[in-house]
Amino acid sequence: MATTPKPQETAKIDHRPPLFEKGWMDKPAEIRPGIYCYGSKPKNLEYVGMPYPKEWNPEDEDWQLPENWKEIIEEGFKDRLDRFRSLKVFMDICVRCGACADKCHFFIGSGDPKNMPVLRAELLRSVYRKKFTTGGKLLGKFGGGRDLTEDVLKEWWYYLYQCSECRRCSVFCPYGIDTAEVTILGRELTNLLGLNIDWIAAPVANCYRTGNHLGIQPHAYKDMLDFFTDEIEDITGLRMEQDMNRKGAEILFVTPSGDVFADPGTYTCMGYMMLFHYLKSIGLDITWSTYASEGGNFGYFTSHEMAKRLNAKMYAEAKRLGVKWILGGECGHMWRVLNQYMDTFNGPPDFLEEPVSPLTGTKFENAKTTKMVHLVEFTADLIKNNKLKLDTSRNDNLKVTFHDSCNTSRGMGFLEEPRYVIKSVCNHFYEMPPETIREQTFCCGSGSGLNAGEDMELRMRGGLPRANAVKYVHEKHGVNMLACICAIDRAVLPNLMDYWVPGVQVTGVHEMVANALVFEGEQKRTTNLRGEPLPGMEDEEDV
Amino acid sequence: MNFFLSIIFSSVAVVVVVLIPWIGVGALDLRALFGIVIPYAAMATFFVGIVVRVIDWGRSPVPFRIPTTAGQEWSFPWIKRSRIDNPKGLGGVIVRMLFEVLAFRSLFRNTRLEYRRVDGVPKVDYEWEKWLWLAAILFHYSFLVIFLRHFRFFMEPVPGFVTLLQNLDGFMQMGAAPFNGFGLPGVYLTDMLLMAALTWLLLRRILYSQIRYISLPADYFPLFLILALGFSGMLMRYLFRVDVTKVKELAIGLFKFSPSVPEGIGVIFYIHLFILCVLIAYFPFSKLMHLAGIFLSPTRNLSNNSRFVRHVNPWNYPVPTHTYEEYEDEFREHMIEAGLPVEKGADATAESEEKE
Repeated sequence: MATTPKPQETAKIDHRPPLFEKGWMDKPAEIRPGIYCYGSKPKNLEYVGMPYPKEWNPEDEDWQLPENWKEIIEEGFKDRLDRFRSLKVFMDICVRCGACADKCHFFIGSGDPKNMPVLRAELLRSVYRKKFTTGGKLLGKFGGGRDLTEDVLKEWWYYLYQCSECRRCSVFCPYGIDTAEVTILGRELTNLLGLNIDWIAAPVANCYRTGNHLGIQPHAYKDMLDFFTDEIEDITGLRMEQDMNRKGAEILFVTPSGDVFADPGTYTCMGYMMLFHYLKSIGLDITWSTYASEGGNFGYFTSHEMAKRLNAKMYAEAKRLGVKWILGGECGHMWRVLNQYMDTFNGPPDFLEEPVSPLTGTKFENAKTTKMVHLVEFTADLIKNNKLKLDTSRNDNLKVTFHDSCNTSRGMGFLEEPRYVIKSVCNHFYEMPPETIREQTFCCGSGSGLNAGEDMELRMRGGLPRANAVKYVHEKHGVNMLACICAIDRAVLPNLMDYWVPGVQVTGVHEMVANALVFEGEQKRTTNLRGEPLPGMEDEEDV
Repeated sequence: MNFFLSIIFSSVAVVVVVLIPWIGVGALDLRALFGIVIPYAAMATFFVGIVVRVIDWGRSPVPFRIPTTAGQEWSFPWIKRSRIDNPKGLGGVIVRMLFEVLAFRSLFRNTRLEYRRVDGVPKVDYEWEKWLWLAAILFHYSFLVIFLRHFRFFMEPVPGFVTLLQNLDGFMQMGAAPFNGFGLPGVYLTDMLLMAALTWLLLRRILYSQIRYISLPADYFPLFLILALGFSGMLMRYLFRVDVTKVKELAIGLFKFSPSVPEGIGVIFYIHLFILCVLIAYFPFSKLMHLAGIFLSPTRNLSNNSRFVRHVNPWNYPVPTHTYEEYEDEFREHMIEAGLPVEKGADATAESEEKE
């Protein structure tokens, strides 16, 4: 694995491509360790029936392409132009005004000109022009056209897996050109040749088989929740058992498996469990599922088809268990898929009912047809209706800022709900600068399946704009906790903070909710869910 | 291709575009070709080309509802939603599109990256940058006004709004003191603005290293072409006057489909007209199609309602999935051992194994 350079080294970034240089079309990509993710392993492609599985190393000269690889790509390209108006229009109308150029976190953090969104799309556009447009056919390079060669294909691969599909550029584009859409379809093309990254291919295969990306089998999944139940009992003195795979429950709960697997996501998971237990006595009837044990969807980083194949489990499980509606945990791309694709992929879920909160009677009219409610909006509604007894002083040691996930912001518009919940459970909340939050939020640097270990340099570079904004509030207000509603964020932001802004921790929103939640009959709480002393409890003996 | 080559190629192309009518009319006197045939051909290419292109876009469906949401979604009544940037229905989409098309709202959000290192520690800032937006707005609206002003050459009688526009646009006539009294006509504000905006749009492509890196001949060519169009028009107005009544005769003839080419129109007019013909004939094959494309952009023209109104994908097809039955068959024993509910009893595992 490549060693990650020190922050001081990484910070030496030049955003100005030199004046005297060959044009970008003639410069093949230099595939550099620390930036790329390992190639997909054959067993993971085979398990889900993806074409051309092979052992391969992106740094090798020979990528073991099938003989007719050009035809495959060209046909695949044409097929997608015919099926996606977005692709066709986005290939044709870019004027290269450059408004998007410095909006990409990967460009800001790397200075690599091919990370400017416009150029990332031009990598495909140049081939499109040469193959599918009159001007490109007639004028070649002068018409902005370029032949599809192995070097071009490698360049596609290298840069398509350096885009986290965050859509920040599309906010600034005067025509709404969405590089995420180009990346998504470009990745579909690479997948026609078996060229995925293994950090995506393995979770996809796992999810297909075991129901979740991490490959946690049903009994192990239950073990993990049992373990959390013990932990919670230690802290609160109450045993908060959860129901799993229970038929006839009113609500099915689906959350990213990252939440049950690694800190600090696990604390968020404990937060969910505590909230559900709290509500049980006042009428919540909910079950977890080991089959639909993944909210996230790495299939979405592979192809639309794979996204649909993995997403299908949610409705299928809801139907099997006979629930009325589905509640979804804190996750980013999960919610982009649920909001913008799920019903279209696998709907209509006419065996479900329009979601109504059993505790407040609130109808979730905005989830009328997907029948899937975001846990944070569910909780926001509970707080608004005074259903939760909260002791916010338990979070008084936290100075919190909120990182909007790309997908929930720009693929949904889920901005106020999490802020409302956070402000209801903590007393110290500070926003980062406006150019770095809400619809202009910056990616964590590791989205869309790029949260591997071997591309750590890329991740630290891509996360720089986010880290820089956190640093600003850390220095100005003493912010020490970065809240988020995304499992990938929870997995990757701790690394990013350690690298650029030591002293800031990362939390999910429901961890803070559970810390503040006051249970009847609980023992006097001395620690938070992490086992750290609560404010004012530092001297308690049993800490 | 580097940027020198791009600039040289596109400027040579524009020089050729200027030379063709200069020689064609000036030396060879092919007035019918340049006054009638080419304008008709160009107009046909323009209209047919745009229609064909838009139909072609329209033939590809919009399988998924993928608006870029740039504000708060519709949620609880107590949460203020962003009606324009995150539209819930058609009304919001229309307003969003109007803002986009008429005011370049997204471009208005533009900022400029300011990257520094202070003692080796990176500092990232996002600075005010509205120049691109301003130049774009000035360019497009000036072009529109100039286009509308030209109606006085095609229409008899001249419509009232054209005269009004002309008067408004020429209000600087009084102030253009150095020119007044030399027999020169008043200066149009939009002429100046158009040329200034174009110059800026060109300069930023050359001066800003990032924009220089991404620019293609297809970016310089239309800029040079429109600069040449404006320049030839201004030359005609301010220096080499042509006989306006004859030009009008030609133009009206073209639009009434009874074309004739009057004698004695200066070659500068044919150069101006030919540049325009090249521009509109080039239009449907170029990035200039953003004019139509913006209306079909799925991240802008869709409402964010896919959680409460079902969006149908016309080519949706069934896909293989891993069913619960297959899942339980693989893990049944473990599930039973862990106390998880199962559909079939323990003996089902043995059965399914037998079948295999």
